[in-house]
Parts: sequence; C-alpha cells; structure tokens
Amino acid sequence: MKRMGIAEALREAIAEEMRRDHRVFCMGEDIGIPGGWGGAFTVTLGLEKEFPDRMINTPIAENGFFGMGMGAAMLGMRPIVDVQYGDFLLCAMDQICSNASMMRYMSGGTVSVPLVMRAPVGATGRGAQHARNLERMFLGVPGIKIVAPSTAYDAKGLLKAAVRDGNPVMIFEHKLLYGSKGPRTESGAVDATSDIPDDDYVVPIGRAAVRREGADVTIIAWLLMAHAAQAAANVLSAEGIEAEVVDARSLNPLDYETIGASVKKTGRALIVEEGPITGGVGAEIAAGIQERFGDCLRTSVRRVASPDIPVPFAPVLENAYRPDAARVAAAVRAMCGR
Amino acid sequence: MMPMFPREIPRDQIAKYERSFLLRLYEEMFRIREFEERVRFLFLEGAMPGTIHQCQGQEATAVGVCQALNEDDYLTSTHRPHGHALAKGLTPLEILLELFGSIEGCCKGKGGSMHIGNMAKGMPPAIAIVGGNIPVAAGMALALKMQKRPQIVACFFGDGATSEGAFHEAVNMAAIWNLPVVFCCENNLYGASTHVSKITRLPSLRQRATAYGIEALTVDGNNVLAVYEMARTAAVKCRAGEGPVFLELITYRLTGHSRRDPCLYMPKEERAAWAAMDPLLRLREALLDRGEVTVSELEAVELAVKQAIEQAVEIARKAPPPTLDDLETDVYAKSEVGI
Ligand SMILES: Cc1ncc(C[n+]2csc(CCOP(=O)(O)OP(=O)(O)O)c2C)c(N)n1
Ligand SMILES: [Mg+2]
Repeated sequence: MKRMGIAEALREAIAEEMRRDHRVFCMGEDIGIPGGWGGAFTVTLGLEKEFPDRMINTPIAENGFFGMGMGAAMLGMRPIVDVQYGDFLLCAMDQICSNASMMRYMSGGTVSVPLVMRAPVGATGRGAQHARNLERMFLGVPGIKIVAPSTAYDAKGLLKAAVRDGNPVMIFEHKLLYGSKGPRTESGAVDATSDIPDDDYVVPIGRAAVRREGADVTIIAWLLMAHAAQAAANVLSAEGIEAEVVDARSLNPLDYETIGASVKKTGRALIVEEGPITGGVGAEIAAGIQERFGDCLRTSVRRVASPDIPVPFAPVLENAYRPDAARVAAAVRAMCGR
Repeated sequence: MMPMFPREIPRDQIAKYERSFLLRLYEEMFRIREFEERVRFLFLEGAMPGTIHQCQGQEATAVGVCQALNEDDYLTSTHRPHGHALAKGLTPLEILLELFGSIEGCCKGKGGSMHIGNMAKGMPPAIAIVGGNIPVAAGMALALKMQKRPQIVACFFGDGATSEGAFHEAVNMAAIWNLPVVFCCENNLYGASTHVSKITRLPSLRQRATAYGIEALTVDGNNVLAVYEMARTAAVKCRAGEGPVFLELITYRLTGHSRRDPCLYMPKEERAAWAAMDPLLRLREALLDRGEVTVSELEAVELAVKQAIEQAVEIARKAPPPTLDDLETDVYAKSEVGI
C-alpha cells in the first residue's frame, strides 16, 4: 500500500499497463522528453526511461494525433492519447466525434476502437481557454465512454479499466486534484490522495461510489465537485442535515442503480457541476432521475453549477464561477426547507 | 541548435538609420524586457495570479514588426502576448492591470495574461489555443480586402503552431485570395519543451509557407533592424495587394516556457550561446559602436522606462478587482434586432 496523488497514480497505471500489454503506448505533446515535464501535469514524467519506444511525442496537432490514435487502435494497438488542457479536445473534435465514436456502429460491429483519451479540466486561474469542463461536450456523443475520477484510487483503477475496455474512453482529470509536484504544483490544489494497493485492480466503468451516507438529501458530483460536496455534507451534518454524497465517477454510462437507491432513500437530489448550468451533465442527470425516480422525490431536483459565461480570469470572478461547498450547502438548506 | 547568424549587426545596416529611430527601437525593446522581468518577479513573489508565458529574448521580433506597421494596422497574438501588446502600443499599465485581474485592465480582468489585447489599438485579445489566431488573422485580412481598406494584419505565432491544421488551412486561403496579412512565425526553436527538429523534416519552417505558393523569408529575429526591414517590405507588398508574406523570425526564449519552467530540456551550451545573441545587447553594442549614442544616454532611456513601469506597477497593485455585478456582463453584444 502506498499513499499517492492522482498524477502519480495515473503514472503508475500507465506504466503497469504498458508492462502488462505491449500494445499499450502513449501519444501526446511534450511527453517522453528528457528534462521535460511529463505532459502538462507530470503524469507521464520519466516514463520514457522504461518505455523509450512507446512514449510518442507529437507536434502540436491534436486532430492529427487523435485520429492516428484511432487508426492505431483499429489495427490492434491500445493507445493512450492526451491533450495538455481539455480545451484542446475541441481541436480534435472531428476525429473523436465523427470517427472514433461512430466507427463501431458504422461498421456494423466489425471494427473496434480501443482508444483511451486523457484530458485535464477545471478553472485554475489561466483564463477562458485553459479552463473549461468539457464533460458535457462528449456526453451526447454515443460511442464514447466517459469517466471522471475524484480520487487517486479511482484514477488508477479507471484508467486501467479504460485501457482494457476495448472502446473509446475519455478520462477527465481535474487540474486541482492531480497533486502535481515541483514546478508544476497548482495553487489552490485539493488533496485527492489515496492509499493505493500493491496489487492490480480496476474500477469498473459505469459504477458510482457512495462517499458518505445520509438520509436527507442525495448530492451527486464528480471531479473537484465531489470534494466540494463532501465538504458541504460535513458542514450540513453539524446542522442536523445528513447528506448522502454520490461520486458519479462514470458519466457515460451513468450508474442509475446507485443514484436511484440513494434518491429513493432521501427523496431529494442535488447535482453539483463545474461548468455552465445550461446544457450541462447535470441537466442530463436531472432528467434521468426525474424519469426513473420522479415518484420518490419530495422536492424537485436541483442543480448547483456555474453561470452561463466563459470562465473569467480575475480570481474573484473565477471563484464565483466555480461552485463551492458554501453554495452546495445553501442549496441543500433551501431544499430541506431550512 | 546554435545561433546561425553572425552576432554583430552590420555597420552598413545600422548606418542607414536616424539616431532617434534607433533610440526608439532600443527603448521599445527595453520596455518589453523590463516589463517582463518585473512581471516575472511579481509572479514569483505570488503577487500575481494565474500563469505567465514571457518573451525575454524575443523583443526584436515584436518591435521590428510593429515599427513597420502603421498605428491603425492590426496584430493578432498567442499565449505569449505581452511583448506584442507593448510593441503595438498598449501601455504597460493597461496590461499590468489585466495581469492583476483588475476591472480597469485592458480586458476588464476577464481575459488575463494569455488574452491581452485592446481592439481600439488594433489588437484583439490574444488567442491561447495554439494556431487558433492564424485563421482569425486571415479573416481580418479578408475583411480589410473586402472593405478596400489600406490596413494590414500582422499575425504572430510560434514554430509549434505551424504543425496545426489551422495554420495550413489559413495560410492557403490567405494565399489564394492574396490577403494583406504578414505571417510572423517566431521560431524560438522550441514549442514548449519540444525542439523544432522533432516536428519537421524540413530544414526550414519557411518551406511550410512556400508550399502554399507565397513569398517566405528566414530572418535573424534577434537583429531588430533585419526584422524591421523584412517586415516593412512585407507590409508594402501586402498593401499593394500582393500578400500574404511569411516571415520566419529565428529567435530564442531566454526564459521558461511558462511560470516556473526550469528549462532542463535546453542544453546549457545552447542557452549560453543564445544569451550572447540577446537582441538588446546586440543593438546596444551596435549603437555604441556607431558612436552617436553614449552609454549615459542609453542609461537615461532605461531609467525613464524603469520608473514608468514601477509607477504602473504601484497603480496596478492597488487597482480594484471586478465585482460580482461584472460576472455575467459582456457575454453578448446588444442585439441589433429590436424586440
Ligand atoms: C491547441 C493547443 N495545443 C496545445 C497547447 C499547449 N501549448 C501552449 S504553448 C505550447 C507551445 C507552443 O509553441 P510555439 O507555437 O512554438 O510558441 P512558443 O511557446 O514557443 O512561443 C503548447 C504546446 C495550446 N495552448 N493549444
Ligand atoms: Mg516556439
């Protein structure tokens, strides 16, 4: 057992998968460079020493190398491609959404695309173009699985599950949760370290995790917001409101079994999302809950999310953009009539 | 990669220019250097939020190109925009205010370091998606051509950006429609930590532009006069409807890629060799060698710039941040359709 942050846990997952399966390789910008940073957030730091031929450093050409990742996957490789910031997924949108996601279906189930895509998201003081939470953009694209871990344990287990899945899987990682060290330390970082077992394990895609039990309200969140939800739950507990925190972890498919069991118990559901409220993942979850468990609800489903604006730069505005424990707690109080 | 141009600015080249013009070039470059050094310090001491991409060592490209532009010409920039903005006429104060996240900044604190700009001064907020500003610049040039206006666009980007599809699509369209845009590729030999030799088989990035049938030149980007002369020729061509032109400006980043980058991927000898090619040092030596300018005159210029920047820092430090009332404004322009 070792204590690790998300960046380290992902690095270990990649190394173990590359050791286990020679088809696995990494492709991305500024990876595998001696003296470099190991990608933008140190996840692949030093891996070139053990795998000199399987850390492919690309030119800045996202649409190109995401498409190449797909092509390589079709011929039996297991690529892990990454963007330095999630925002640049939009440069590769065509290959991801028109090709990788639909190839299986268009081929009548004869072609498979075991492609893992990694993308750091979250507002971190860098301004509008290095800040967005892109989960929403891929949720409505059938054919791509989406995971979004909030702990190092889940990050490692989900990445391994993604490599072994056999489909295109997008893994969103939060910049404030990496626990990157040295010059790449993030200010405002939140502790997401876990005890990582020595033995191989996977966290199955499609399963949520109940982080905290409670009978009064269900708070559903992922990535950084899962931490905000737990912090809010602690505050609320002192006030006599017991919140159940469900870390969605997997956004496609969503685990309605776990969500449903919780909502049936509490009768109240709040979804917390970093990103504009309109058209977010929260909207989908809200509709999903209403359709499936509407009869069990004591009050309407609520969302805490960002305003419908680009991510602002100034810290006061960015902090107002990003939901926090105080806003989550306030929403819960309102739902519980306090 | 070691420097490939001789260190000395040729005597006959510097002899062509008025003393006042040369002093202006020096002042402009020094302002950028001093600004960046001051900002680096503010950032490291934690006074400034966010991240920064700085341009120490690349001052001659920004200044050389902008001196060849008219005030009402346009410029587009990247994640590394401070030098371009200063050279285009944005004040140190309006940029500092933005870096501190003040409502009084050039983008009201909504943009930040990677999105510096001021449309009234011909510079839309910089675009931090690598390559993203290149089609935008070509589109601005298209508008200028359709409107039969005399202005041109200078489009700055790095060596790394020339691998993006956006570069290739935009240069080609600018080429087939003869658009008035000068593509200013600052080839500082690295895209982040990746050396340019790892991203192309071509001996020169210039060839990525000649492939689209446009004139393309490789220039000593640390000789401000060489940059100025090539940019002026390019600007004349663009104004005559014979654009676009591509300039490969060979330079070197004497600072980290971003914030606390220790640059371990750059060989020590390479860094040292390029430090000696510092564009400010080179101009300074050439000026003194020419004899019409004294050390104390240069020091007076430097002192005035330093004082002005220090004053701006003091104002910017105390400037008010936006309020929550500003959070949701500026998302849309007022609709032109009456309700
Ligand atoms: C589309 C996109 N991909 C990746 C990045 C991350 N990134 C920021 S700057 C940079 C290197 C850019 O190199 P170059 O174009 O040579 O400009 P320089 O930084 O040297 O000025 C990278 C990879 C980005 N901002 N946008
Ligand atoms: Mg570069």
